[in-house]
Amino acid sequence: MFPAAFDYLPAHSVDEALAALLKHGADARILAGGQSLIPAMRFRLARPTVLVDINPIAGLAYLREENGALLMGAGARDFAVEVAPFIKERYHLIFDAAAVVADPIVRQSGTIVGSLCHNDPAGDWGVVALAARAEVVVRGNAGTRVVPIDDFLIDSFTTAVGEGEMALEARFPTPNERTSGSYQKIERKVGDFATAAAGVQLTLSADGTIAAAGVAIGAAGPTAKRVVEAEKILLGARPSIAVLRAAAAEAKEISDPIADTRGDIEFKREMAGVLVYRGLLATLKRLQQGELH
Amino acid sequence: MIIRVTVNGTEFVRDVEPRTLLAYFLREHCGLTGTHVGCDSSSCGVCVVAIDGDRAVKSCTMFAVQADGHEITTVEGLAQGAALHPLQQAFWDCHGLQCGYCTPGMLMASYVLLKHHPNPSEPEIREALAGNLCRCTGYQNIITSVQQAAAEMSPQPVEA
Amino acid sequence: MAMTTDPPVQERHAIGQSLKRKEDPRFIRGAGRYVDDIVLPGMLYMALVHSPYPHARINGIDKTAALAMPGVKAVITGEDLVNAGLGWIPTFHGYDKQMVLAVGKAVYQYQEVAGVIATSREAALDAAEVVDVDYEPLEVIADPFVSMRDTLIIRDDRENKTNHIYHWEVGDRDKTDAALAASEVQIDERIEFQRVHPAPLEPCGIVADMSGGTGRLTMYLTSQAPHAHRTVVSMVTGIPEDKIRIVSPDIGGGFGNKVPVYPGYVVATAASVILGVPVKWIETRTENLTCSGFARDYHMRVQIGATAAGNITALKVTTVADHGAFDAVADPSKYPAGLFGIVTGSYDFPTAFTELDAYFTNKAPGGVAYRCSFRVTEASYAIERGMDMLAQRLGMDAAEFRLLNFVKKVQFPYPSPLGFVYDSGDYHLTLRNALDKIGYKELRAEQAEKRARGEYMGIGISTFTEAVGAGPSKLFDIMGIKMFDSAEIRIHPTGSGIVRTGARHQGQGHETTWAQIVAEELGLDPQNILVEEGDTDTAPYGLGTYASRSTPVAGGAIALAARKVREKAKKIAAHVLEASEDDIEWEDYKFKVTGVPGKSITMKEVAFAAYTNPTPGSEPGLEATFYYDPPNMTFPHGAYIAVVDVDAETGYTKVRRFLAIDDCGTIINPMIVEGQIHGGLTEGFAIAFMQEIRFDAAGNNLNTNFTEYLIPTSLETPHWETDKTVTPSPHHPIGAKGVGESPNVGSPAAFVNAVVDALAPLGVKHIEMPLTRAKVWHAIKDARAAASAPLAQNGATHA
Ligand SMILES: Cc1cc2nc3c(=O)[nH]c(=O)nc-3n(C[C@H](O)[C@H](O)[C@H](O)COP(=O)(O)OP(=O)(O)OC[C@H]3O[C@@H](n4cnc5c(N)ncnc54)[C@H](O)[C@@H]3O)c2cc1C
Ligand code: FES
Ligand code: FES
Repeated sequence: MFPAAFDYLPAHSVDEALAALLKHGADARILAGGQSLIPAMRFRLARPTVLVDINPIAGLAYLREENGALLMGAGARDFAVEVAPFIKERYHLIFDAAAVVADPIVRQSGTIVGSLCHNDPAGDWGVVALAARAEVVVRGNAGTRVVPIDDFLIDSFTTAVGEGEMALEARFPTPNERTSGSYQKIERKVGDFATAAAGVQLTLSADGTIAAAGVAIGAAGPTAKRVVEAEKILLGARPSIAVLRAAAAEAKEISDPIADTRGDIEFKREMAGVLVYRGLLATLKRLQQGELH
Repeated sequence: MIIRVTVNGTEFVRDVEPRTLLAYFLREHCGLTGTHVGCDSSSCGVCVVAIDGDRAVKSCTMFAVQADGHEITTVEGLAQGAALHPLQQAFWDCHGLQCGYCTPGMLMASYVLLKHHPNPSEPEIREALAGNLCRCTGYQNIITSVQQAAAEMSPQPVEA
Repeated sequence: MAMTTDPPVQERHAIGQSLKRKEDPRFIRGAGRYVDDIVLPGMLYMALVHSPYPHARINGIDKTAALAMPGVKAVITGEDLVNAGLGWIPTFHGYDKQMVLAVGKAVYQYQEVAGVIATSREAALDAAEVVDVDYEPLEVIADPFVSMRDTLIIRDDRENKTNHIYHWEVGDRDKTDAALAASEVQIDERIEFQRVHPAPLEPCGIVADMSGGTGRLTMYLTSQAPHAHRTVVSMVTGIPEDKIRIVSPDIGGGFGNKVPVYPGYVVATAASVILGVPVKWIETRTENLTCSGFARDYHMRVQIGATAAGNITALKVTTVADHGAFDAVADPSKYPAGLFGIVTGSYDFPTAFTELDAYFTNKAPGGVAYRCSFRVTEASYAIERGMDMLAQRLGMDAAEFRLLNFVKKVQFPYPSPLGFVYDSGDYHLTLRNALDKIGYKELRAEQAEKRARGEYMGIGISTFTEAVGAGPSKLFDIMGIKMFDSAEIRIHPTGSGIVRTGARHQGQGHETTWAQIVAEELGLDPQNILVEEGDTDTAPYGLGTYASRSTPVAGGAIALAARKVREKAKKIAAHVLEASEDDIEWEDYKFKVTGVPGKSITMKEVAFAAYTNPTPGSEPGLEATFYYDPPNMTFPHGAYIAVVDVDAETGYTKVRRFLAIDDCGTIINPMIVEGQIHGGLTEGFAIAFMQEIRFDAAGNNLNTNFTEYLIPTSLETPHWETDKTVTPSPHHPIGAKGVGESPNVGSPAAFVNAVVDALAPLGVKHIEMPLTRAKVWHAIKDARAAASAPLAQNGATHA
């Protein structure tokens, strides 16, 4: 299968890209890793008439820590995250996810920012971003905005990026030493989107109670979802099996998946709970909590 | 659109439609049919090639125009004349192929893997090749092949 | 020569060696030549228009917009083909006919409706989008159990206004019913073998070339059976067979998918004839999965009786087959349900009966022998699941139960109650070896411990018997063409040679194994025996490669052709050695003069003499052709054991170990045999756990590309352990039986048996394939609910 015809505009700077987007309006699309857009174009599910390629923009693929946050440029690819030692060391949630997005070849092209912009209901990075309380830097003609992830993910395949705008960067707060996380995904095979997914990040306070909690689930509605009630249960609590179970139950409660070849609704909802529970358990293990009771 | 792409060390200057997928550019504009196509959904990996030496891409999921000014290595670029690349030799020695359709993609994914990771373990190879489907071999001999090639290549640092 | 007390098995010259594959150098260099690699001058490309509806009247097709698109050369519809006498083609076995492009109505989703021919793939696709088809959707039947009620006739073109295609039965119904009724213990279970697809990584395709004004049609075709295709093309088009050349170049996997003739081939060929230029059509993956031959789709009821002590008494299997909208099953003409009669498996049933009814539905046609000798996989799955169910019912160990009921070694040749004569086997030996090798006792002990801890570990056994190598001409034909195969061997003056056969490999390694057979029979170097297949202009006539028939049939032909060469060589040897032919013997890969030590001549020397010093009064040269009509099929068997751990919380099954012991008779190239087993096991694993072509109730195909039709990757695929026993076939020229399909036939039951065994403590009796997490999870949940019925209220709160 082959895409419908389009015009190709390689952008060599962000300004050039924005100018092109402005000029071509709704007909234009940004081409980042291309790992969602190109397959969609091959099936002619997407038919942009202009593609603005941001790959030629120098210096957009950065991955660096600055002012208490990990900054991922719009050109940063999954693979870079997967192999960066400092991510493995400190950003446990992100590290987990980077190894299970798509497949190892797709990850050498796909970008994290592109994935957030694509906002597939079963995508992985939205879940991670919610649990990690990330922000996305969006730039347009009117200037630059920093959008909290909760406001960024609007609906399936819809984000806060407006016409003529592009996302420049994703920002993930740097976890402190008492913070860890875990990403849990059920997939039928490598390269499959999630049947169910959960991202969890916890910060413990000195007394062992939970000082901060991020819990999100994927493939459980039109976009990745924050499990607000679970976070409330966890916040301030001393970790115990009962607390974890209660938080997990909230995930199941708000999970609102569709039935498809991956599974029926009942199964997927159950898995949302199981994965949140397992994610919390794995996180606490990483934080070297002893046996839970 | 006129593009210049260096494929296996040879520069190809061609006029292509922007929608031409890199896989078809290689196959039909450069006559390099070792790169195959097996699906429309970026799932199978029989089209994998290396771009700029160290990134494996599914050439069905990249436009030829994006390769303008870049270097592509395909399966045809692995051997040095009569001398097979250690990966090719190992696939032959270890029966790492049957119908041969996935083989170019497997070789190229392995080629990039070994650039990043000269001594991968069996689980690491299984992980790294999970973007490449094979319908014939059950992967086991492919894994062995990559291990043999890695062993063959590791005494000396890898050179292009 | 060193002597040992036991006479050693003679060191074989070429057979039994793990020779590296001779075909590999081109593949590892990317120099294989597949159909899509063929580019001819002036070649055009075709794209197909497909029906979005599973059942719809076609009120009209407007080509105007498509014809106006840039680069478009022609748009072909069903009506055009009807006018050219090509509207319908006979199906595989010739009992039905199939529309090439939909005429009047479309009868399944994605059915081919029109072909668009243009100067590039992109242009053809652009124009295909704007072919304006006026569809009027009709009521859909996607379920054979609904179809059988005949409330709506899918094929109103047929004389008989019914969806019922045929009834087939074999065995003794009355005796079997009586024996079942009298059995102390019985199972009566429904077992489904879901619709799956072979999905080789290279899709199907063609370059049809009627250019050049020679009146000759060349078809570069993804064909597992080029000669059969040539004959069919000639019969359908009226083009004389000498004017048709089919070239089946390198094939990127077949697995049965590339046996039938598909509409795309016909339309591309018609287009080339009309336009006088070559036309290429390569399936998209969606076309491959939605239009070209599916496999299985058997809904089986399995009844087995036994005594309380566990001795089996009778088997009855009643099947409803879903054939889709045309009866295009790829089964030999006299076997509408293929070799399903192998359903008694490895067990000595006193009586058995099986019957099958096939129905039309609004689904794609097919029923190909997907890595399977014509419905042997369905049959093996039914009996191997059934035996486990019965063992569970009896409370007997699955291995003990099998050992008790196997056909014994002394019973071979064994006449089965459903009409086969099994050639050879040693089922007890193979299973016992498997049990020892995997440590069955220890595994059962581990399982008991785990069960005590509430963990779910399962051990699944499958001890299948296949019937392969179709086959003997008195029984097997396809549209009348007998299923023999052929080989032609030419030995060149300097002692190298070429062998050509009517088979066509797709990764099986014929270029190596055939050379090994010739080398073995003639004492030549396999490196210098070239193997050529796939060009109907040069290869002798044969029925191709599928159903594990290459080694049993073409392999036999090669050995016998080689022996013909040897007979002739013997005359030449006698002439050169100046001895009587009666005094010449073939020993140690040389011709020797009996009783005259040191007086001998090699085949290489004989070959030279055949051209330089021919026997006076006889034909010079050294070549032979043999058409081999096998006296019987061969019956490979095996014992497979799977060990799994099931995560009851998520329904995830981890295949921890898998041991396959295969007995395929004489092994020509152990490395290649092992490779075939790895591949077949992986396909069996995929079928058991993730593969299915499913339709919703409205007839929409839910698995139309690789994001939904799942092929396991290196990460999911288990590590395979393999071993062998060797029971040669007594009637095959070199004792070989065929192995390419055994692992795909035998393994699904082992996986399912293992998962059910893991969950047996919960009361789980069966789960239909594919064993997805969701299905396994539900099975566990339902079993738990049933076990604690009065307490099971909590699961319902969100209903
Ligand atoms: C076989 C396969 C399996 C996959 N499996 C998974 C999976 O399991 N989980 C998962 O999460 N994803 C999966 N994906 C998707 C993959 O991760 C994509 O890479 C990702 O969703 C999109 O990133 P990209 O950089 O490739 O974006 P592109 O495909 O280039 O773009 C995607 C969309 O985002 C827009 N966009 C991209 N960048 C920007 C920007 N900077 N500003 C504004 N808009 C932008 C584009 O215009 C387009 O609409 C899979 C893809 C494939 C091919
Ligand atoms: S052709 Fe299948 S991934 Fe490229
Ligand atoms: S060798 Fe055939 S697909 Fe891998």
